[in-house]
Amino acid sequence: MSEDKDIIIDGVRELENKGDTKARSWPDDPENTATALKEFRYLSEPMSDTDAKRQMFILSRRGFLVGGMAGLLGIFGWRWMPEDTKNALLRRTFEFNESVSQAFYSPKRLAPEFHPSRITAARYNGAMGLETEITASDWRLNVTGIGGGSALTIDQIKAMPRTEMITELKCIEGWSTIVHWAGVRFSDFVAACGGPSPSELPRYVAMKTPDEKYYVGWDIEAIMHPQTLLAYEMNGAPLTNEHGAPLRLASPTKYGIKQIKRIGSIEFTNERPRDYWAENGYDWYAGL
Amino acid sequence: MEKQLEKKHPLAVRWMHWINFPLLALMIWSGLLIYWANAIYSLRLGYYEIFHFFPPLFYETLGIPYRLAEGLQLHFFFMWLFTINGIAYIIYTFLSGEWRALLPVPASFRRAPLVALHDAHIVKNKPPQGKYNDAQRIAYTSVILMGAGSVITGLAIYKPTQMSWLTSLLGGYEWARWEHFWLTILFVLFFAVHVFQVAMAGWANFRSMISGYDVVDAEKPATPKEEVVEA
Repeated sequence: MSEDKDIIIDGVRELENKGDTKARSWPDDPENTATALKEFRYLSEPMSDTDAKRQMFILSRRGFLVGGMAGLLGIFGWRWMPEDTKNALLRRTFEFNESVSQAFYSPKRLAPEFHPSRITAARYNGAMGLETEITASDWRLNVTGIGGGSALTIDQIKAMPRTEMITELKCIEGWSTIVHWAGVRFSDFVAACGGPSPSELPRYVAMKTPDEKYYVGWDIEAIMHPQTLLAYEMNGAPLTNEHGAPLRLASPTKYGIKQIKRIGSIEFTNERPRDYWAENGYDWYAGL
Repeated sequence: MEKQLEKKHPLAVRWMHWINFPLLALMIWSGLLIYWANAIYSLRLGYYEIFHFFPPLFYETLGIPYRLAEGLQLHFFFMWLFTINGIAYIIYTFLSGEWRALLPVPASFRRAPLVALHDAHIVKNKPPQGKYNDAQRIAYTSVILMGAGSVITGLAIYKPTQMSWLTSLLGGYEWARWEHFWLTILFVLFFAVHVFQVAMAGWANFRSMISGYDVVDAEKPATPKEEVVEA
């Protein structure tokens, strides 16, 4: 019996060995696509019905065992993976994706700008850090990490070179609006603050609302992108409170979650800054 | 009656096929977790909404609401595996010669309806075929093109600023998202038809996608033109 089985296994091995498989073409037939494309079929030598069944059984058993095991390994591997490991894996994937994005990133690639007729109704989402009332005259923008550090008034910022753009704001939820922004390019702002040349800047920028309830981190490349603005006007009017008066970030290089409203402080740093939504499971980079 | 074992599916194809199954399922599942946050598409006839994707009961039953972050994490992890598996399949198909069994020719579009009519028991004669009939050739090639479409539209949504040329080519950000969504619906429809056809074709056919082999009646000696291909 076992000898019999060995013979069958040998037979299967022989069949598996491609050199022994006979390839035949399909019968000549102008109506058969297989003939036209010279498809081959691979057939074993003829054998009795019983032998065919036995060989097929062995082949299938192996296939089902290996396949079933791979399936179970996948399901239970994922299921039994400790929550920490799983989270670390997914976080590291975000970081890996970030490094791929960074490797291909170019500040020369611009987001499309639109005709004023394409501007859509503004959409409001998220009030974190905006709960308390503030008055523009009391507001100051604290800048640290470049130059001597300073507290700027909104008028000082409005005196910097003005840039306008009509770009698409994309929310990480999946919707988008087309907005007319006016403000100062972040790169112009750095120059106006007497910051160093772009290549000498620290690697990151941390921004917080005055109450520090909302905070974002940006990589220096994206924040120095020519379409990243410190905006004080939206759709032809000064920013409203809900959209981040007196000064917010506007940029088509990242999702809305990164375009912090009512900026209270800007810090240039080499340490990767904390980020509100990154701490809630979202991608820190969130780059578009 | 004499039998022959026919090698139907190479080991590599079987692995890639079955690996793709959970990967596509996970891409669709995580896609749903993402889509829920801005569930705006529906099937319409003029102003009349026939079906909204998706009804509240659907989300609640599957436990989808408020899992956007998780959806993004999974989507941007499995996208790599899905894409790599798909590219590997395309490369393998071309290098191995499997494409001969899979690609349609112009005449396939004329023959495919005959296959459908035969399957529906309307036409008696079965059109000649190789491993796959012409309807299958079209379907299996289309689904690969759909996969490529999902990767391309996905990239256009993922990096609409850095790849704005691609996003613009697809009609802009919102159109790219719409296209990405409908490709997913097409995958689900493909899956439904595929499973139905496999069920109709029977156990031996299903088994061949796992073992690689099927048992066929031995051909009459004279019929097949025998050629030994260089290994």
